[in-house]
Amino acid sequence: MIVETGHYALILALSLALIQSVLPLVGARIGDARMMETGRSTAVGGFLLLALSFTALVVAYGTSDFSVLNVFANSHSQQPLIYKLTATWGNHEGSMLLWVLILGFFGALVAAFGRDLPESLRANVLSVQAWITSAFLLFILTTSNPFTRLVPTPPEGQDLNPILQDIGLAIHPPLLYLGYVGFSIAFSFAVAALIDGRVDAAWARWVRPWTLAAWIFLTCGIAVGSYWAYYELGWGGWWFWDPVENASFMPWLSGTALLHSALVMEKRSALKIWTILLAILTFSLSLLGTFLVRSGVLTSVHAFATDPARGVFILAILCLFIGGSLALFALRASSLETGGLFAPISREGSLVLNNLFLTTAAATVLIGTLYPLFLDVLGGAKISVGAPFFNLTFGPLMVPLLFAVPFGPLLAWKRGDLLGAAQRLYAAAGAALLAVILVIAFTRGVAVLAALGIGLSAWLMVGSFVDLWERANFRRAGFRIGLSRLAGLPRSAFGTAIAHFGLGATLLGIVGASAFGTEVITTMKPGDTVAAGGYEIRFEGLSQRTGPNFTAEVGTFRLMRGNAESGTLESSRRLYTARQMPTTEAGIRTRLFSQLYLSLGDADANGGATVVRIWHKPLVTLIWLGALVMAGGGIVSLADRRLRIGAPARRRHGKAKPAGATA
Amino acid sequence: MTRKQKRLASIGGVMLVIAVAAGLVLTALSDSVAYFRSPSDIAAEAPGPSQRVRLGGLVQEGTVQRGGSDTVRFSVTDTVESVPVVYRGLLPDLFREGQGVVAEGTLGPDHVFVADTVLAKHDENYMPKEVVDDLKARGLWEEGKGMVKASGGEDAAPAPVAAGSVEASGS
Repeated sequence: MIVETGHYALILALSLALIQSVLPLVGARIGDARMMETGRSTAVGGFLLLALSFTALVVAYGTSDFSVLNVFANSHSQQPLIYKLTATWGNHEGSMLLWVLILGFFGALVAAFGRDLPESLRANVLSVQAWITSAFLLFILTTSNPFTRLVPTPPEGQDLNPILQDIGLAIHPPLLYLGYVGFSIAFSFAVAALIDGRVDAAWARWVRPWTLAAWIFLTCGIAVGSYWAYYELGWGGWWFWDPVENASFMPWLSGTALLHSALVMEKRSALKIWTILLAILTFSLSLLGTFLVRSGVLTSVHAFATDPARGVFILAILCLFIGGSLALFALRASSLETGGLFAPISREGSLVLNNLFLTTAAATVLIGTLYPLFLDVLGGAKISVGAPFFNLTFGPLMVPLLFAVPFGPLLAWKRGDLLGAAQRLYAAAGAALLAVILVIAFTRGVAVLAALGIGLSAWLMVGSFVDLWERANFRRAGFRIGLSRLAGLPRSAFGTAIAHFGLGATLLGIVGASAFGTEVITTMKPGDTVAAGGYEIRFEGLSQRTGPNFTAEVGTFRLMRGNAESGTLESSRRLYTARQMPTTEAGIRTRLFSQLYLSLGDADANGGATVVRIWHKPLVTLIWLGALVMAGGGIVSLADRRLRIGAPARRRHGKAKPAGATA
Repeated sequence: MTRKQKRLASIGGVMLVIAVAAGLVLTALSDSVAYFRSPSDIAAEAPGPSQRVRLGGLVQEGTVQRGGSDTVRFSVTDTVESVPVVYRGLLPDLFREGQGVVAEGTLGPDHVFVADTVLAKHDENYMPKEVVDDLKARGLWEEGKGMVKASGGEDAAPAPVAAGSVEASGS
């Protein structure tokens, strides 16, 4: 019954979305306030229906109702409850439902918090949002219905793919989707502005917090996904330049660019057309990512069961939205006013530079991801574009950008002083130089490239805080006054510094893990010892263990550091009984920021010997911690008064203040 | 500088970055991509020693040997030709005889394929797409049924049968 309710709610949500696609838009066109108002109630109502529908599916999973095809195919009665629940979105149908639920959630947020938006803008935004919702609900209902029943009811389910039976599945997809789908708001605002033919600084003030929120979620989502793949796949890699990863990375790159260009638009009313285009492109890349992941057109290490018929449908949605919005852009963009001139060396100029490099980098990732597909479609050779391509193209584009990051916040708006900024960065330059010299000295001149990389990250990490340091003016004003000045600075200044610092930390992790990582592969019998990463590792032996829905062969290792005992480490091979599918559970020991990563290979038939692969990865956790710090910077920035969702309201009461005066 | 000159300089800068990026992309595309080859392709025309190749096919039954501590030897076959492969490292969890596999690396001078990456998928029903396409082209694979010649599909049998019957009653 609850399953049918969920299905019915989904159909109702589609009808509401169809109404919302038309009525508010027409209302805005003819100036009918009541028609425009319907957008808000349908958005909230649609969200509630989607939530009901999603809850119904979660309940079906929670109670292991195998009469539902989707539950049967992806669950098992012996799974722990948490994995039963997360299995809801561990499959195509359920994850699409989650996608639409989040889309509805953002639409409802606009309806709820958008009271202060101009009526026609809000109506248009909600209509555009409803177009996307309608398209995806149609897709779910016609090709991927999660509520399909199964007759007769099987006694037992087929189990969730064991790789997904992990806490990572509870966190990663929801975060990633909140990011992906969050960019739909920026998209809807951009299209609404094009329909209206009007865009101003207030528009940017509205778009920026939504973009920032989506960006925070996407950053966390990518970081969690990367760490999950790292410990779950047992290959010790944290990024494979795999199509599915690129699919989430491209919107991140262009979303980061959008974040920065919206800043220029908000503060200086410049780069309007570019910002609108970027908003459209960012969500288009999110849609493309959904297509790549869901259609299975590309071979990926993360791809799960896929179906080509669905791919065609999503491709149609993709063409409709990307083509449609770009056509609208081509038609209307020229009618938008441009404003705010600036010199090339200025804050605006540095943000343009940021945008230039980020979008070019996103384009190279896009080419590398789609090129094999094009070649295949055109009947050419079957090729795969892997890490070497991306290291050769993406890497060189990032270096100048990272080098330029500390300069940005030190340049004034309109016309900046590059030499002055460079002089103020002496501390960062000193730190970078010191880091380079130390690394070269310690490695006896072998790791020059790594030394430069670490120097660059030191430059970034120290340089990020120069702006705050200068503005607090500790040296002249003394500690106490400096501190109070620091407290008086806008939170967004802290947000910028923290996020840029996090970027430096991630870079440090990447350089450390890839340049100084070591790897040992060997066969061990119980009692054997091997040295790796400063540890003496003794293999104690294999033992059998039984989990709720798997059996495991657990290898126990005793770690010694110097002469001191340093605990044991377990790594296991699991066999999930329902699917007869093996997985590897790596043993990981973290010491400060470095990790020892131990993975069990095949056991030898005779006498308990087993292949063991051990990695030592210095500073590796900084990769993900840095990303979380970046997201933290975003949160601090989001907490800035000027960016708070209600802020435009306060501004409207004091109308005498011209827009942008607070900048 | 006049405004016009400034604008030209900015556009020139933008063009420069894009040109450099395009140059990098083109170089990388010609040098560092891997071509998919089936064992028959390799038998017909051996790739050069520096050409990266993705060798796809089935792991031939009875060829997997674990020599020494960490080296694995096996053969990849498309049921017509087969290529011996040597790989140093841990095999993926789902690596099994008779199952689809993609090995990435280069062909050595002794016609033994030296792989640095071996991929088998997350899913027990998985067959690398490239391998399926290749087998389809040879008429050895049928949509929804799998291998036409049952050359050791005992591993894959239970799950696809169950999934097939489900799809029939579900939709």
